Amino acid sequence: MKTARRGATGSARRAPAAKARGGIGHNAAALSDADRLGLFKSMARIREFEDQVHRSYLEGLVHGTTHLCQGQEAVSVGAAKPLREDDFVSYTYRGHGHCLARGMEMENAFAELFGRSTGVCQGLGGSMHLQDIERGLIGSFGIVGAGMPVAVGAGLTAQLNGRGQVSMSFFGDGACNIGAFHESLNIAQVWKLPVLFVCENNLYGEFTRINHTTPFEDLVQRAAGYAMNAVAVDGNDVEAVYAAVEPAVARAREGGGPTFIECKTYRHRGHSRTDPAKYRPQEELDAWLKRDPLILYRARLKELKLLTDREADQISADARAAAQAAAQRAAAAPWPDKDQDFMAKVYV
Amino acid sequence: MAVQEITYREAIVAALTEEMRRDPKTLIMGEDIGPSGGPFKTCQGLYEEFGAARVRDTPIAETGFVGAALGLALTGYRPIAEIMFSDFLGVCFDQIVNGIAKHRFMSGAQSTVPLVIRAIGGGGLRFGAQHSQTGESWVLSVPGLKIVCPSSPAEAYGMLKSAIRDDNPVLIFEHKGLLSSKGEVETGAERLLPLTGSRVLRPGTDATIVASLAMVPRALGAADLLQADGIAAEVIDIRALRPMDTSAIAESVRKTSILVTVEEQTQVGGWGAEVVAQVTQQAFDYLDAPPARVTLPEYPLPFSPPLEDAALPTPESIAAAVKALV
Ligand SMILES: Cc1ncc(C[n+]2csc(CCOP(=O)(O)OP(=O)(O)O)c2C)c(N)n1
Ligand SMILES: [Mg+2]
Repeated sequence: MKTARRGATGSARRAPAAKARGGIGHNAAALSDADRLGLFKSMARIREFEDQVHRSYLEGLVHGTTHLCQGQEAVSVGAAKPLREDDFVSYTYRGHGHCLARGMEMENAFAELFGRSTGVCQGLGGSMHLQDIERGLIGSFGIVGAGMPVAVGAGLTAQLNGRGQVSMSFFGDGACNIGAFHESLNIAQVWKLPVLFVCENNLYGEFTRINHTTPFEDLVQRAAGYAMNAVAVDGNDVEAVYAAVEPAVARAREGGGPTFIECKTYRHRGHSRTDPAKYRPQEELDAWLKRDPLILYRARLKELKLLTDREADQISADARAAAQAAAQRAAAAPWPDKDQDFMAKVYV
Repeated sequence: MAVQEITYREAIVAALTEEMRRDPKTLIMGEDIGPSGGPFKTCQGLYEEFGAARVRDTPIAETGFVGAALGLALTGYRPIAEIMFSDFLGVCFDQIVNGIAKHRFMSGAQSTVPLVIRAIGGGGLRFGAQHSQTGESWVLSVPGLKIVCPSSPAEAYGMLKSAIRDDNPVLIFEHKGLLSSKGEVETGAERLLPLTGSRVLRPGTDATIVASLAMVPRALGAADLLQADGIAAEVIDIRALRPMDTSAIAESVRKTSILVTVEEQTQVGGWGAEVVAQVTQQAFDYLDAPPARVTLPEYPLPFSPPLEDAALPTPESIAAAVKALV
């Protein structure tokens, strides 16, 4: 098991990317300039989508609740990068980022949040349940931990298919305490399934900090109990996430079995839309805001001379305009038909 | 001791506070119920008063803490577990239906299981299919459990207090759509309510409407609509589902000859079926029409607001069901 250096409790210390390997002794496939710009654009797209969800919520267009992922974009984007179109992904109610990183259209995602007929799930799912089976987005689970055994099943499909597919499961730090987590890791390991367990450790489960619920903060340690290959990585550094996940994916494709990847990150906003997140120490929040994944990557791309500030601003502005336009189109879409054949959607 | 107008949420908090003061063997466990007082603020102030030992923030581990409640109950405590959304009962289903419900019986009545599980459920708030269920029918068929479903602050208060003092496992279904509803409650008094039997909320002679949880205010709304059409509906809050005592409902039907049940669950396997069966046995000769059940349709609650609204019983749909029979 390789783990990045242990970060100080509650701090936003950077886990060095160089240590982020999948454990088969090779570095991640190199990223081209275009890849890098793509990663930045993908993160900007998710950020602007989520910011627009918030605005749309205030306009009364989003119903019920939403769990936004601002601050965690580098995990969705970095982990999705090595995936193929025929791979499988399971994720959670905080799942907009995972879907967008796999190419879900913003308009259909907004329409789902607005409960419209053009939504990805025709308005039957809602914010917590965006799904697109064609893109391998096999499910957004509202029950904590519930997506993990499902990812194991998809991993078994991948293994049985024999085409080098993999299954990736996103879940939070809080999910590491539920039975489904433990059962999933164990099955995946004993069956050597091609499953990537991507833990987004944002230090909080709802309003409760990890130290109140879990004996240690470095969740990568959990994997040791299942003799699973594991790596911890700075989840706010998109290239570090990629560098950790890519070799693990390659290993899984070759039959090397599952990997547990802990991504240390932070959500910028509250747990859900009614949560002002007052329970977080200001210093902790400030430290993580300074390490906003978009700010970090912008600096890195400037360093590499791939992007100027103006260009970066333009990318964000374009993404914002695209999100606004998509939300507008979604809001103009019709409501679903109340007299539709629901039973045809319950049973085949 | 005072009669006060308080919310359903405040009634829950008052009952918990009073009972935890009264009995040092009580304690409460649940997710985010400590310093933050619970996602629905149903444990507000408990942590400050009783401290971390008796107000326990748990990890996200329903099987773990509900199973632990059984262990506590078997060894001298009176635990209360809060399930944040009734839907999550699915996670700890085994502990409840195979463990908690049967433990005493299988021990040859050596042990007692004095515990309370409070589950907050219900639709209408656009939470989607995995956060909107009420959940009673999942457990209705399990002997060994007591199941109650308070629809007003007075019931939330009085039934919770009784549940905590009861030596049996009691599952309380609360409704998140009712949390802010207000009503008069005499707190600080020994206003315990029984854990069986129903309650007539509005007398009438022409039809009997039996409802639970958030369907109770809707049934009362239906009675208003019917009144305008000259139909006097009697509205009964069933309030306790297991053990189920339908004698008062049968009594009402002997007077009205019409029975309509209203529940926020799908029809198959719901409590309405049991009420209809029992009342038919007791008052078959008095019925003027086959009883009707107003329920959710046989599909999960859709997220989209117009679809969710269309799926939920309304005063209009309840009144229409009654009118079809009288
Ligand atoms: C089984 C279950 N219990 C409780 C909840 C309520 N709940 C929703 S999200 C959440 C916190 C999850 O924390 P974490 O796994 O860290 O994910 P994050 O929200 O931080 O992304 C809780 C307790 C739930 N959805 N499912
Ligand atoms: Mg978390």
